[in-house]
Amino acid sequence: MSVNRRDFLKTVGLATVGGTMGGLSAAPARASHGPVISDKLMGVLVDIPRCIGCRRCEFACQEAARFDPPPVETFEDKSVFMEKRRPHPRSHTVINQYPNPKDQTQPLYNKFNCLHCVDPACMSACLVSAFSKQPDGPVVYDKSRCMGCRYCLVACPFEIPTYDYDMPLTPQVRKCNLCAHLVPSQQPVPACVKICPEEVLTYGKRSDLLELAHEKIRNERDANGDPVYIDHVYGEHEAGGTSWLWLSSVPFDEVGFKHFGHQAPPRLTEKIQHAEFKYFIPPLMWYGLLGAAMWLTKPDKRTPPVSDQH
Amino acid sequence: MSEHHEPLPVNRKLFTPGVWVLLLLTFIGVCFAAWRFAFGLSSVTNLDHQHPWGLWIAFDVATGVALAAGGFTTSALVHIFHREHYHAVIRPALLTAMLGYTFVGIGLMVDLGRYYNIWHPAMPWMWSPNSALFEVGMCVMLYLTVLYLEFIPIVCERAMNDKRWPTLGRIGMSLHGILGKIMPLLIIAGVVLSCAHQSSLGNLMVLTPTKVHPLWWTPIMTILFLLSAIAVGFPMVIFEGLYAAWAMKLKPEMHILSKLAKYIPVVLGIYLGFKIGDMVIRGSYVYLTEGSVQSTMFIVEVLFGVTLPFVMLLSAKVRNTPRWLFLACLLVVLGVALNRINVFLVAFQPLYPVKSYFPAIGEFAVTIGLVSLLMFLYRVIVTYFPVITHPGRMRTA
Repeated sequence: MSVNRRDFLKTVGLATVGGTMGGLSAAPARASHGPVISDKLMGVLVDIPRCIGCRRCEFACQEAARFDPPPVETFEDKSVFMEKRRPHPRSHTVINQYPNPKDQTQPLYNKFNCLHCVDPACMSACLVSAFSKQPDGPVVYDKSRCMGCRYCLVACPFEIPTYDYDMPLTPQVRKCNLCAHLVPSQQPVPACVKICPEEVLTYGKRSDLLELAHEKIRNERDANGDPVYIDHVYGEHEAGGTSWLWLSSVPFDEVGFKHFGHQAPPRLTEKIQHAEFKYFIPPLMWYGLLGAAMWLTKPDKRTPPVSDQH
Repeated sequence: MSEHHEPLPVNRKLFTPGVWVLLLLTFIGVCFAAWRFAFGLSSVTNLDHQHPWGLWIAFDVATGVALAAGGFTTSALVHIFHREHYHAVIRPALLTAMLGYTFVGIGLMVDLGRYYNIWHPAMPWMWSPNSALFEVGMCVMLYLTVLYLEFIPIVCERAMNDKRWPTLGRIGMSLHGILGKIMPLLIIAGVVLSCAHQSSLGNLMVLTPTKVHPLWWTPIMTILFLLSAIAVGFPMVIFEGLYAAWAMKLKPEMHILSKLAKYIPVVLGIYLGFKIGDMVIRGSYVYLTEGSVQSTMFIVEVLFGVTLPFVMLLSAKVRNTPRWLFLACLLVVLGVALNRINVFLVAFQPLYPVKSYFPAIGEFAVTIGLVSLLMFLYRVIVTYFPVITHPGRMRTA
């Protein structure tokens, strides 16, 4: 039986349509949303203008993480502010100093640590599910699953996780876990929030904090009667929304923050992944198509093979 | 009359001066790798918190996987679409793929922080189907298995023909028979798995739009990676065929390789269409005149790695002259390698860099050592196993 081109195309066409119909009917019409914002979701509101740069939060963090920090007085050293620091494996939060255009004598300070995204890129990236978003907010890391591929470091838009490159045998990914490892009944708030002497940090339900933040934006005025805060809560929508939220008296890019869109990065990649692999339908469809091609394009054994030109 | 050539072990001396150079480079690479395992990644690499992926991921893993694509493309051409004319390149392409993916695995083990957990993605309770990297890991693991299963019959043939080990020969014969029956299933699986992970490799960097330069970042990176992997399959096979023939003083099989080359401009053209079309739609062409390292590397990649070989291979004269064919295919290979290095390294610009990244001596040493070991093993295997088909050498009945 010799197969002509028309028959081949017909068969392949039918197989494709049939496979696609089967695939579409089998897969429910539901996009993947990522983690749902729970009512229990907690967060922290950072009031940038209140921060005096004492860095006690850095000390408390290192202590809570059992990194054995030097005495708290050493953290008053202002010379560290001469460079912009990033979190590092033994310091999950850092304070950086920025000039204050409204008042040269009172620089601004910003606190950098894991933002505990509502829809975390690190969690989506991890191929062994080493990250999980707890219902009350913290994005937690499980080192026992980790292979050390560091895709989470690649994925995080805020460039927060760090890695133990200097450890040959048991390196970990390091980042703030919102003190999830501390017993909640003994320490109901994260260590940094507890130690802050200037009430820069407020721990509470994310929805309450957003209300509080917008209320402050609306109501608080400085000596001249101008609003204290700019009309933007950083983290409300950035990268899909984060559990940590910031208020600032100057545009956020002047205090070390970057501009991000509202879509959480995983929404795009997961959409693409699901289009390619959901329930294995597309791969099976391709398998079937290629199988059909293999069978249909088989040369007829009775007619002599076309000789090659030498 | 159609000639019926058989693949045979290559009758050439193994330990030439060039091979000793390969072994020396391998030894140096092993030393640096050992240092990494003893003292940690920071002792050998320039990786930092803002640059977690360096030369080993960009080249050993990403480029390695792309350049091993000759395996599934030739497999599809010959076994699925029955273009038997190209049969002779199947085994060398399979060997390249098998060795290439093995070395991706070894390179990965050196880069991973907790390499002893490399088996974790295979455990159902740790599956992470939302992750593009999960898909890459699973498909590479499965594909490596398929490649080894496809290669075993070649080993069996050697065992079957060797009178010194009759028991091995009998095992070889039954294994050969079993595998022969399921071979079509394995071949199709190989093509599907390859397309799956080549495209998912592209999806990796889609997750971080703010850190990848707009000349490369696009939601269709998945498609671009797949097309470029398919595009580089035949050039890699031709490049290897010509190089191996030169290195081992065999006659290159131009009647196969130049016909194979005809397919290349088709895929390159489609790839170029997608790449330029994407640039126009997203408006990223404005960055071409930036005058930065990134814009320069992009132009080099697309001009010399895609457009030039595309034009060259449209010419029959180029396809039929070994020297020009070699050059054109080498350009495609270098072009795809450059694309992977560009996407993962050159285009990767963290927003909070503390310092810039350039691979350390140790990173180069391990990479070069791995490539040298791969070339050495390729030579060993074609010397002792029936992989290469020599024109003019026919097996007597």
